[in-house]
Amino acid sequence: MDFLNSIILLTNFIIVPGITYGSQLALGAIGVTLIYGVLRFANFAYGDLMAFGTMIVILFTWFLQSKGITFGLLPTALLALPIGILLTIAVSLFFDKTVFEYYRNKKSDPVTFIVVSLGIMFVLNAVVRIIIGPNDINFMDGHKFIMKAREFKQMTGLNEGLALKSTQVITLIATIVTCSVLFYFLNKTKTGKSMRAYSNNEDLALLSGIDPKKIVLLTWIIVSILATVAGTLYGLDKSFKPFTYFNNLLPIFAATIVGGIGNPLGAFYGGFLIAFSEIGLTYAYKKFFKYIMPEGLEPSTLIQFISTDYKFAISFAILIVVLIFRPNGIFKGKVI
Amino acid sequence: MIKNSDFKICFSVMTILTILVGLFQSWGIALSMLNLCLISAVMAMGVNIQWGFAGLINFGVMGFLAIGGLATVLISVPPVPEAWSAGGIGILISGLFLFSVVFSVLIINKRLPNHNYKNYFIFLIIILSIPLLKFIAGPSISRIESINAATSGFLGGANLPIIFSWFIGAILCALVAFVVGKVCLGLRSDYLAISTLLVSGIIITIVKHEEWLSRGVKNVIGLKRPVPYEVDLQNSEWFIKLVEFLNSSKLSNVLDFEERASLLNQLVISSSGVFVKLCFSLIFLAVVLIILYFSEKALNSPWGRMMRAIRDNEEAAKAMGKNVVKQHLFIFMLGSAIIGFAGAMLVTYDGLFTPSSYQPLRYTFLIWVMVLLGGTGNNYGAILGGFVVWFIWIQSAPFALLVINIFTSHLDETNYIKEHLLNSVPYFRYLMMGLGLLLVMRYRPKGLLPEKIIKN
Repeated sequence: MDFLNSIILLTNFIIVPGITYGSQLALGAIGVTLIYGVLRFANFAYGDLMAFGTMIVILFTWFLQSKGITFGLLPTALLALPIGILLTIAVSLFFDKTVFEYYRNKKSDPVTFIVVSLGIMFVLNAVVRIIIGPNDINFMDGHKFIMKAREFKQMTGLNEGLALKSTQVITLIATIVTCSVLFYFLNKTKTGKSMRAYSNNEDLALLSGIDPKKIVLLTWIIVSILATVAGTLYGLDKSFKPFTYFNNLLPIFAATIVGGIGNPLGAFYGGFLIAFSEIGLTYAYKKFFKYIMPEGLEPSTLIQFISTDYKFAISFAILIVVLIFRPNGIFKGKVI
Repeated sequence: MIKNSDFKICFSVMTILTILVGLFQSWGIALSMLNLCLISAVMAMGVNIQWGFAGLINFGVMGFLAIGGLATVLISVPPVPEAWSAGGIGILISGLFLFSVVFSVLIINKRLPNHNYKNYFIFLIIILSIPLLKFIAGPSISRIESINAATSGFLGGANLPIIFSWFIGAILCALVAFVVGKVCLGLRSDYLAISTLLVSGIIITIVKHEEWLSRGVKNVIGLKRPVPYEVDLQNSEWFIKLVEFLNSSKLSNVLDFEERASLLNQLVISSSGVFVKLCFSLIFLAVVLIILYFSEKALNSPWGRMMRAIRDNEEAAKAMGKNVVKQHLFIFMLGSAIIGFAGAMLVTYDGLFTPSSYQPLRYTFLIWVMVLLGGTGNNYGAILGGFVVWFIWIQSAPFALLVINIFTSHLDETNYIKEHLLNSVPYFRYLMMGLGLLLVMRYRPKGLLPEKIIKN
């Protein structure tokens, strides 16, 4: 019984939140890594692109709600998602045409790209804040819990409860669907293969007749879809605040580099690695050991590796360790 | 001659902007803008040394500014004896422990033969030392933080004049930059940008949450000043005499004695604030000029030429026998020290240390906009960028307000769109910054004052 209790405890406080947060990071990191692989720069405006996409989704959700349309048990935001994706694609392509294309044709160095992406970051930041304001917005509606902790306790008769929010399940399903489609596209379809070829060696790809314009267009479309989906899932799970989205860029970058920059599968694993270490290392295991240790040997301290305040710092520390020992990431990077 | 024209542009823009604000708004606002412009100019020069001279991309500006700010607390605040007696020894012991861990890691890294297991061993030591450190320091930290939690709850500082903290802040930053540089400088440019950004995130987290050191989110207020206080000025005879002398024509118009006394009193109060700001301006201006002088000297010395050579062609510089790694580390430390100096100046000017106010947009990327807009590799450009960008940053909200009022003048006061736009006025500054950066990068990629190299 105690053993079961301890397992449920860990599942409730580490595994479920870790999978949710990890999926959100993974989606974000795949986007960053795709931009890096194809367009060859680190896009600092990505966090704000996520915020922009989510903002559109929220606005459209409000519109739908005002018309009395809801999605039953599921959040209305899922209905609004396609509109958000379309507008985010439009914005991405607009910035690509007006800003990035010029530097791509000039073959500018990566630092110039970073700097102009900072400019876009400022602009998007302002646009989001001017349109929707800097405050916390909760736009989750529909059924909140699939299973409440109390119900679980009554059902199984255990001491520990297992709560399962519907957003957590939605996040997991959305991530699985998005990632399988994406990886199928990259590995099996001709267009996906040409994208990988372009990322691997631009000149050779040009020689074999791959149209770079098409590849760039496609990359922005995929990246915008990923950004909007990841942003909306994060917003549904927690809440929408422009500043948080900017801050999330940092663990996303960490996940990207840990997985090997330019490598989508690596970014996927990197997201989960970062999420699980953030949650696992800041969790206080006192209760867990109470269940698992024989009586009389219970720990008196919290058994917490580092306090929760340092949650973000953990991902940065992992990144630095990886940079020192394996600068190319755990999975070798630079190829899609 | 070329240098002189830059100098003239730079300082005439600065004077004109200040006078314009002084005439149209008020001299108090003009002087506080000037002060922040000067501080921004120091920050921009620090970044310019790293980016413009050596091509090192440092997105960790915010972290170094926070370390400079922390130095003001550690130097100028009076120590808290109760906290020292409650947990001082514990803190010292854990400091010693930390030092020994670092030392042993260094020894292992140097002495043990290169082996696959070495890295894992070092990693293990670091991982184990964190909970141990918490175990050693934890009780003392909670004791320190429980003493007068509302007013102090930290160890305090050294009770020295705050000017010292500017130099200590610079030294602390140089030390931190040494460690960061050892780890990160070998990386390619974009990796370096991301990792310095993340390192600054770690620094901010530490400053924010180690309350025994910095009071964390509870902030430290009422820091010392290198200039007199307004209240003291208002009570000192010479200052009243000075104000009386400067405004003698205005005062002589008023015949009634009592009225004249109250007018004088008003004048003394308003001019004491201006006087304090003016003192700050003079100190800051001196700092800017001194740093400018030395970095101009450095830029045009053989060392500056070498740095440019390394920046423009690293391989060739290496082939010429220049120690690129060492020079990069040195210039990274130098630039960070200047940024730390500016961070301490900023906190001194504000009179309070608020760790939660350090955000990358304001304290890292805005400084970068200053450097890129002003002119990469040109010290005058960095100063000009500091001025122009800070001016736009401050004035874009009133400007946006004006524009919105003009365009929505046909709408009535309660119109939803108008109200919403008026509420979001502060965010137009981000828009201005972004558009400014994009336009400059497109049409003047070298900045307003491009780098000029004297060839003999």
